[in-house]
Amino acid sequence: MQTDRKRESLLRNSGVQTIIGSLLCIAIGLLIGYVVLLIINPAGAGGAIAAILKNYFYYPSHVAVLKYLGTTLVKASALLVCSLSVLFAWKVGLFNIGVAGQYVIGAGASLYCALGLGLPWYVCLIAAMVCAALVGGISGALKAYFNVNEVISCIMLNWIGLYAVNMLLNTVKEQSTPYTKSLASANSSALLPNVGLDKIFSNNEYVTIGIIFAVLAAIIVWVLLDRTKFGFELKATGLNKHAARYCGMREKRNIILAMMISGALAGLGAAVLFLCGIEQWMVQMTSIPAMGFNGIAAAFLGGSHPIGAIFSSYFIQHITSGGSYVDKAMYSAQISDLISAFIIYLCGFVFFFKGWLGRLLDKRDEKRAAAQEKGGKAQ
Amino acid sequence: MILLLQYTLIFASVLVLVALGGCFSEHSGVINIGLEGIMVMGALGGALTMKYLPPDLNAALVILIVILACVVVGMLFSLLLGVAAIRFNADQTLVGTALNLLGPAAAVVLVRAINMAEDINNVSTTVAYGTAKKAFTTNIGSFEFNWFMLVALLVLIASYIVLYKTRFGLRLCACGEHPQAADSVGINVYKMRYAGVLISGALGGLGGLVYITAGVSEWKFENGVAGFGFLALAVMIFGQWKPINIGLAALLFGLFRALSNVYTGFDVLVALNLPNTVYNMLPYIISLIVLVFVSGKSKAPKAEGIPYDKGQR
Repeated sequence: MQTDRKRESLLRNSGVQTIIGSLLCIAIGLLIGYVVLLIINPAGAGGAIAAILKNYFYYPSHVAVLKYLGTTLVKASALLVCSLSVLFAWKVGLFNIGVAGQYVIGAGASLYCALGLGLPWYVCLIAAMVCAALVGGISGALKAYFNVNEVISCIMLNWIGLYAVNMLLNTVKEQSTPYTKSLASANSSALLPNVGLDKIFSNNEYVTIGIIFAVLAAIIVWVLLDRTKFGFELKATGLNKHAARYCGMREKRNIILAMMISGALAGLGAAVLFLCGIEQWMVQMTSIPAMGFNGIAAAFLGGSHPIGAIFSSYFIQHITSGGSYVDKAMYSAQISDLISAFIIYLCGFVFFFKGWLGRLLDKRDEKRAAAQEKGGKAQ
Repeated sequence: MILLLQYTLIFASVLVLVALGGCFSEHSGVINIGLEGIMVMGALGGALTMKYLPPDLNAALVILIVILACVVVGMLFSLLLGVAAIRFNADQTLVGTALNLLGPAAAVVLVRAINMAEDINNVSTTVAYGTAKKAFTTNIGSFEFNWFMLVALLVLIASYIVLYKTRFGLRLCACGEHPQAADSVGINVYKMRYAGVLISGALGGLGGLVYITAGVSEWKFENGVAGFGFLALAVMIFGQWKPINIGLAALLFGLFRALSNVYTGFDVLVALNLPNTVYNMLPYIISLIVLVFVSGKSKAPKAEGIPYDKGQR
C-alpha cells in the first residue's frame, strides 16, 4: 500500500509525466519509421532501424567509435543551443519558428567575419550572436508594436535571411565549388579552440570548446528562467501580457528582449557548428537548413526544459546522424528526418496524454476511496 | 511582357488556392501553418498519378483524375492536423510545423524508394511527368493558358459564395469567432472544424500540384515548394481573411514572384543590375512590410488557435 501510493505520487509528478510522454513519442516515432521501412522494402527494415539507433557504434574499432561520437556531440551541441532558443521564446509565449533563419544569419555573420574580415573566433562568435539577436529583435518589435504574428514574420525573415546570407557568403566562397573556403586554411585563428577535448575523442579536431559553451548555455537559460526576477517577468508576460503590464512590467520590452535572447542563442548554435570547421556553407542553398527546425523538435521532446533539451537534442542528432548508416541500396538517409518529424508531431499529444493520465489516476483514487468507505461500513 | 503576365497569373493561382485553403481552416478556428507540407504531399500525389497515367488519355480526363488525386492526398494529410488539433487539443502551431517537416521528408523517402525500385542506381528525388502535363495548358497566341488559372478563379468565386451566402459558410465562421455560441445553437463545432481543415487540405494539395506543374515537366522533391505555403499565409493575412481581398493580394504577390523569373526580359530592371537573389527576396520583404501595416487592425477569427473545450464558458 505504502509503495503503491508512492508510485502514484511519482506518476502525478508533472516532470515524470513529461518524461514518460517523451519516451512514448520516441517509441511510437521509431515504430512508425519501422513500418515505413517495412513498406518500402521488408528485407532490410530491421537492420536499417538498428543502424539508425546504433549510429557510430557501426564502427568496430574503439577509436573510430569515439571519433564519431565526438562528431555527433559537436552537431548535437549546435542543436542543443537551437532548441534552447526555441524553448526560451516558448516560455515567454512566443513560437520562434524563426530559429532557422536566425541560425542562418548566425552562420553568415560568423563565416563572413572569419573569412571576409579575418577576425579571431571570439569576435566571430559574438558577431553571430549579435546579428542573430537583431533579426530576432525585428520579429519581437513587430509583434510588440505592430501586432504582427511572430510566426509569420519569422517565416518571412527565414527566407530573407537565407537569400541575404547566400549573397553575402558568395564573396568568400572557393573559386571552383559553391562552398565557402575552409576555415583551417583561410583563417585558422577563427577556429574555436580545442582546449584538449580533441584528445578525448581520438583526435577529432572538430570537438572544441563549443560543446562546453552549449552546455553552459543550457544551464544559464535554466537559471535565468527559473531563478531570476527577469525570468519571472518574462514568463509572466508570456502567460498574460495585459496582467503583466498591470503589474508594472514593461511587456513590450520583455517581448523584444525575449526574441533577442532567443535569436542570440540561435546565432550561437550556428557559430559553434560553423566555427569548428566541420561544415562549410553552400552558397546556392535553396532550402533553409534543417538544424533550426530540428531545434523545435528537440525543445518539445525535452519537455521544453533546458536540462531535458540536453538529452533530447543528443537523441535527435543521434538518429539524424544514424540515418547516414542505413543501407543506401534500399533506403534514403532522410528516413531519420521522417522519424524526427513524426516525433515532433507526437509531441503535440503530450499535453493530452498528461491530462488523460491525471484523469485515470483520479478515477482510480475515487474507486479506492469508495472501496475503503464501503469496507469501513462493513466493519 | 506576356511571359510576365503568364507567370504572374500562374503563381497567383497557386497562392489563391492555398491562401483560400488557409482561410477556410482559420475561419473554422484552426490555424493551419502546415500548408507548406500539405502542398508538398498534394504535389506528390498529383505527380505520381501523372507518372502512371496512360499517355493517350483524354486531356479533360487527365485534368480531372490528377486534381482528384492531389485533393484526396492533401485532405488525408491534413487529417493529421485535424485529428491532433480538434480531437486531442494539440498545439496547432506545433502540429502544423510538424506537418511542414513531415511532408518534404515523406516525399523524399517515397520518391527515392520508387526511383530506386525502378533503377537501383537512380537515387534522385525527381518525378518526371512530361506528357501528362501537356493536358493542363493550351496556347492562346503566345500566351500559354493553364487550365488551373480558370480553376483558381472558380474556386475563388465559389469560396466567396460558400463563406458568405450559404448556411455552411456562416456556421463555419461562427465556429472560428465564438465556438461556444455556435455550439449553443446546435452547431457541431468539431464537425465544422474538421470540415475547415479538410477543405484547406484539398485546396492546399491542389495548390501544390499547380505549383510544381507551372512551367516545368519534372519536379525534384528535395526542394519542397520553396516557402510558397508560407507566402500563401501572408497573402491570407494581407487579404484579411476575405476571399476577394485574398484574390487581389495573390495577384500582387504573384507579380513580385514572377519578376524573379522574368526580370531579365525588362531592360529597366536589368539596368538596375541587382543580383538575382534580390528578386527572390522581394516577395518576402514586401509581405513583411505589408504585414506591418495591416496587422494593427487585424480581422483574424477571434477563436483561432484555441482548442474548443465544450465545458469552458
